[in-house]
Amino acid sequence: MRPSIDPVQLTIDVSRHEIAAPSRHESAHLHVTGEARYTDDIPAPRGTLSAAIGYAPAAHATLKSFDLSDVITAPGVVGVFTASDVPGVNNYGGIVLDDPILATGLIEYHGQPVFMVVAETHLLARRAAKLAKYEIEVKTPILTLDDALAAQSYVLPPVITGRGDAQAALARSPHRISGKTHHGGQDHFYLEGMVSLATPLEDGEISIHCSTQHPTEVQHIVARAMALPDAKVRVECRRMGGGFGGKESQPALFASLCAIAAARLDRSVKLRLDRDDDMIITGKRHPFQFEYDVGFDDEGRLIGADFMLASDCGYSADLSGPVNARAICHVDNAYYLEHVRIRNFPCKTNKVSNTAFRGFGGPQGMFLIEHVMDEIAHVLGKDPLDVRTINFYGLTDRNETHYGQPVDDNILHDIVPELERRADYRARRDALRQQNATSTIVKRGIALTPVKFGISFNATHLNQAGALVNIYADGSVIVNHGGTEMGQGLFTKVRQVVAEELGIESGRIRVSATDTSKVPNTSATAASSGSDLNGMAAKDACRKLRERLSDFAARKWDVTAASIRFINDGIEVDSNGSMLRMPFGELVHDAWFARVSLSAQGFYKTPKIHWNRDTFKGRPFYYFAYGAACAQVAIDTLTGEMSVERVDILHDVGSSLNPALDKGQIEGAFVQGMGWLTGEELKWNDAGVLTTHAPSTYKIPTAADIPETFNVWLVENSPNREDTIYRSKAVGEPPLMLALAVYQAIRDAVSSLTNYRDMAQLNAPATSEAILNAVMTAQHALPNANARR
Amino acid sequence: MANTVRFLLNGKRQELADVDPHLSLLDFVRESRQLTGTKEGCAEGDCGACTVVIGELTQDGVGRERVALIPVNACIRLLPTLDGKAVFTVEALKAASGTFHPAQQAMVDCHASQCGFCTPGFVMSLFALFKNDASPNRAQTCDAIAGNLCRCTGYRPILDAAQVMYQDVAQAQAGCTTSLERWMFTPATSDAAPMPGESELAAALRQLVREDALRLESAHGTFIAPRTVQDFSATVLAHPDAWILGGGTDVGLWINKALQTSATIIYTGEVEALKHVSVIDEGLRIGAAVPLEPAFRAMNRLYPELAHVWTRFASWPIRASGTLGGNVANGSPIGDSMPALIAIGATVVLRRGEAQRTIPLEELYLDYKKQSRGVGEWVETIIVPKRSAQEVLHVAAYKNSRRNEQDISAVFAAFAIALDGGVVTRCRVAYGGMAGTPKRALHAEAALLEKSWSEASVRAAMQALREDYAPMTDMRASAAYRMQIAQNLLLRFWLELQAQATSNPPVRVF
Repeated sequence: MRPSIDPVQLTIDVSRHEIAAPSRHESAHLHVTGEARYTDDIPAPRGTLSAAIGYAPAAHATLKSFDLSDVITAPGVVGVFTASDVPGVNNYGGIVLDDPILATGLIEYHGQPVFMVVAETHLLARRAAKLAKYEIEVKTPILTLDDALAAQSYVLPPVITGRGDAQAALARSPHRISGKTHHGGQDHFYLEGMVSLATPLEDGEISIHCSTQHPTEVQHIVARAMALPDAKVRVECRRMGGGFGGKESQPALFASLCAIAAARLDRSVKLRLDRDDDMIITGKRHPFQFEYDVGFDDEGRLIGADFMLASDCGYSADLSGPVNARAICHVDNAYYLEHVRIRNFPCKTNKVSNTAFRGFGGPQGMFLIEHVMDEIAHVLGKDPLDVRTINFYGLTDRNETHYGQPVDDNILHDIVPELERRADYRARRDALRQQNATSTIVKRGIALTPVKFGISFNATHLNQAGALVNIYADGSVIVNHGGTEMGQGLFTKVRQVVAEELGIESGRIRVSATDTSKVPNTSATAASSGSDLNGMAAKDACRKLRERLSDFAARKWDVTAASIRFINDGIEVDSNGSMLRMPFGELVHDAWFARVSLSAQGFYKTPKIHWNRDTFKGRPFYYFAYGAACAQVAIDTLTGEMSVERVDILHDVGSSLNPALDKGQIEGAFVQGMGWLTGEELKWNDAGVLTTHAPSTYKIPTAADIPETFNVWLVENSPNREDTIYRSKAVGEPPLMLALAVYQAIRDAVSSLTNYRDMAQLNAPATSEAILNAVMTAQHALPNANARR
Repeated sequence: MANTVRFLLNGKRQELADVDPHLSLLDFVRESRQLTGTKEGCAEGDCGACTVVIGELTQDGVGRERVALIPVNACIRLLPTLDGKAVFTVEALKAASGTFHPAQQAMVDCHASQCGFCTPGFVMSLFALFKNDASPNRAQTCDAIAGNLCRCTGYRPILDAAQVMYQDVAQAQAGCTTSLERWMFTPATSDAAPMPGESELAAALRQLVREDALRLESAHGTFIAPRTVQDFSATVLAHPDAWILGGGTDVGLWINKALQTSATIIYTGEVEALKHVSVIDEGLRIGAAVPLEPAFRAMNRLYPELAHVWTRFASWPIRASGTLGGNVANGSPIGDSMPALIAIGATVVLRRGEAQRTIPLEELYLDYKKQSRGVGEWVETIIVPKRSAQEVLHVAAYKNSRRNEQDISAVFAAFAIALDGGVVTRCRVAYGGMAGTPKRALHAEAALLEKSWSEASVRAAMQALREDYAPMTDMRASAAYRMQIAQNLLLRFWLELQAQATSNPPVRVF
């Protein structure tokens, strides 16, 4: 593979010892022994109580009254709390104030919290919470996107944006197709459910341990709900048992409830959701419904496109605005859309408010364009890979996105052919097609799809981070930063950065719990930005410490500060032909004795980015991350069962900070994306009650679901062209969308039933039932073999 | 009568009185013993975050006292059922020297933990695999961790760890200082004599064996574990409203999810006579307390065609805890054992007090949650008939569920047909998921019986299924899909018999 970057742009320090090492997760030894403490594992203060939520019994209703007398008198109950017990603002909305902490008057989804009961134990609280009697007047719920669109029911105003003149372009296109498609939502299914522990301190202060990706927002919203200044609320999170976006905006609800009860009862209160309650009460990935009208030339090159994206936001705005914005910004995926119109409807339904989920609208936008690419290929009788390739953003022209950002770091022209070769895509595609001709029941399909994903929060102001590095007089180091650890390995990477910058062994460094009292006003650990932002902030703090220590050592040794190297767990300098060296522990002890500050705050803000949310134009992303996946599946045409047989992935992480962690992110995201598009199906009944609210009915992938051949390669020799932390790239979200290859491969397999005459009529998730329906549609179409469209 | 629960927790003897009979092992270790390494992920036995390993006194083929190690879901395992057993939580794996167990070290070395919340459960499942299988292949490994969900890693590194853990055993053993540790750090060796650590543990468990019934009284209810069938039957008769507890894989959900309680819980698991599979003239006699896993292994000897659906029945911890008798007695329309048992003509022995009667299994089920069992009558034994030497019986069963592992069936189909000269001479077809009970398809059977075994008669039987069943739509499948699958699985049975006869390529994905 040819290097996709001019080597002179790079300034790599060959002496690096920590960066690019496949270091194990900093907590791995604690994970495997059960010693890693999650929020529910922290030894609780004396007399800690447990809370449970009483939630709305209908999807849409007027709450006339409710009788809690049985709840109050239930065994073990200590207190009951309703909306009127909220001392401050009864709302946990982060952007729009439309999320009541406890409902009053209007119920907008089944599962909406109405009251909270606090009892001596978790089980007693849960039992008591079921004893409320509600008097409600049920209203007709809006449960589908069709109904929401017809009623013009939105959580935010619709958006129309685009570029060029889509209608004129469509009119002059030699080929034109239109259609609809949709995909479902997805529960996060973090293994650790929502949990918060609030402890009242003195003088109105509250200390909160919370499983959250966004301690700062929890702090701010708890303070608002409690009518306290932010400074009186401290939020800590050492680690989460998974987040995936589910713990970005939503933990504020549970932390607020805990804090309200803790303050009132003057006892610690823990709220840990039972799995079913968690799935019923909390939001999920937004399902989207799409319409498209596209024109293209004989090669499949898009000329014009008119897209409609309707998202099911649930009852409130939550993060739906940014999610939809990211969907709009990823409806191009890797492809140049010269003339495009995009209409986006953030629909309000009587369901739980949908929220951030790994990819954050990106997977949704890409779902549409990848569907369209396959449809175009089908109409033209071409290999879908050829249609995809011809539509790639150019290297020198056709390289500006529809929102005005130049694509100036495009490496798909290298990645995709390379993966095509490594996966042996063309030969296998031919072989599978031959095999399908004779295999009567089992049919196979293959697809190779690219990913281009924009890195940075769309909202410019969120792209900032802080870090605090303390060096103690014995040479041990604590680093604290605004990012949270949810398994992705952020703490490991930041520790690597600190070890690298200070030239010390990582064993000296402890990464402590994220803590709003140490680093304030942080952004959520989201948008794949964790190491980009916090790694840089930590580096900045280390730079300050190095300067101070260098100055000190320079005076001591009478050398220039710039000549001092931080390396090999100490400092070194060449002086008069010999090398002076001082171990790190001695250095910092002497510096402390000489009254040098050994604590530094670091700060980082992402350069170059800007975004106008009114015009939908700007450069929202610092850079793009790229990747491609090739998937082969087999389907069973009697049952619709499907097996992913082989997957090959080539993914871009720039210069990897830690290839082991990065590979883990790629594999994990891919399998999670596969779940979203295949077996994971959320079902609501006609009354708007979620019926898949536990792992007994909501099935995420298991070990046997992953392909037996599962090759994952990092793109080599491809540093980030922007000056990110050691030229690495973000990796949390982009690989999730690689799983679109699985979905497209299923469509390919189904299409074999009409000998590729008809494109499979399939929507996501492609469950066994959905696949069998598509199979039967294809089989029923067969007798009319002459009706070629 | 004994009134305390006695067991070993990570080697330490526990003796507890005044135990709430609904208390789960998970809540006990986390809340009462601060052993927080074991996690709650779902509280229904579906995620595996709470997996622990239980040691039970047993005997090997040559009569030596052994300790069998099985994984269980602590969230739905009621504490009183641990009486006389050894419980190992993740905290017990690391040697006192600090040396990690090979399963732990392999998980670290393979980068197999990310958020780490599921990790203790995986480690315990791998520990159970390590102690039960010396060289598992990929399918066996997948089966061993089918009950463990991981949302972060995508499983590949965990599957790697399951191989790697066997590689540096000697190095890990060098860090062991006790015989128990050395035994725990040694992989399964099916024919070896017990190691000292195992013998010592067996001796400690022997100390906990009791002859008389266990009866725990508390303000929250009474737990009774009789030792004899007579005592058990009399106790059930005396407490007709009591819950009968087998493996707890369903009862645990009544407690954790439906938030129900019972004044009295009567446990089958200590009735010695109910814990055995015996070979009898008719076939197999499976006591009500035999866990699913050994029951399936016994049935596989008579009906190897069923082995693949038994693997898919549920995860290893569920199969190790749940009992065949419990599955049958619970009578769920989506329970997987019953359609297969009905197809092969199993009968059940019901008992009330001293009175016994034997009925065909299908006659136990009258309607949704309605059975022909009288008050105080319970399922004592399942009789699995052997194949007749006089006929060629073709048996097949298929499970259709949203996910292959650890899932509840949308449709379960079971077929048994005897062919003579290409003509169906005997035929039993039964389905789960198609009606309010596990149910035979009498119209379909009629369409096949005494007809030539041909695609035409199979297709006629597929049509007849519409008269047998009117399935429902729920979160697992629509009515239309259920009917279509029911029909197609019958077609599959025919296709597979054809394929066997003609050695055609396989006709299914799984």
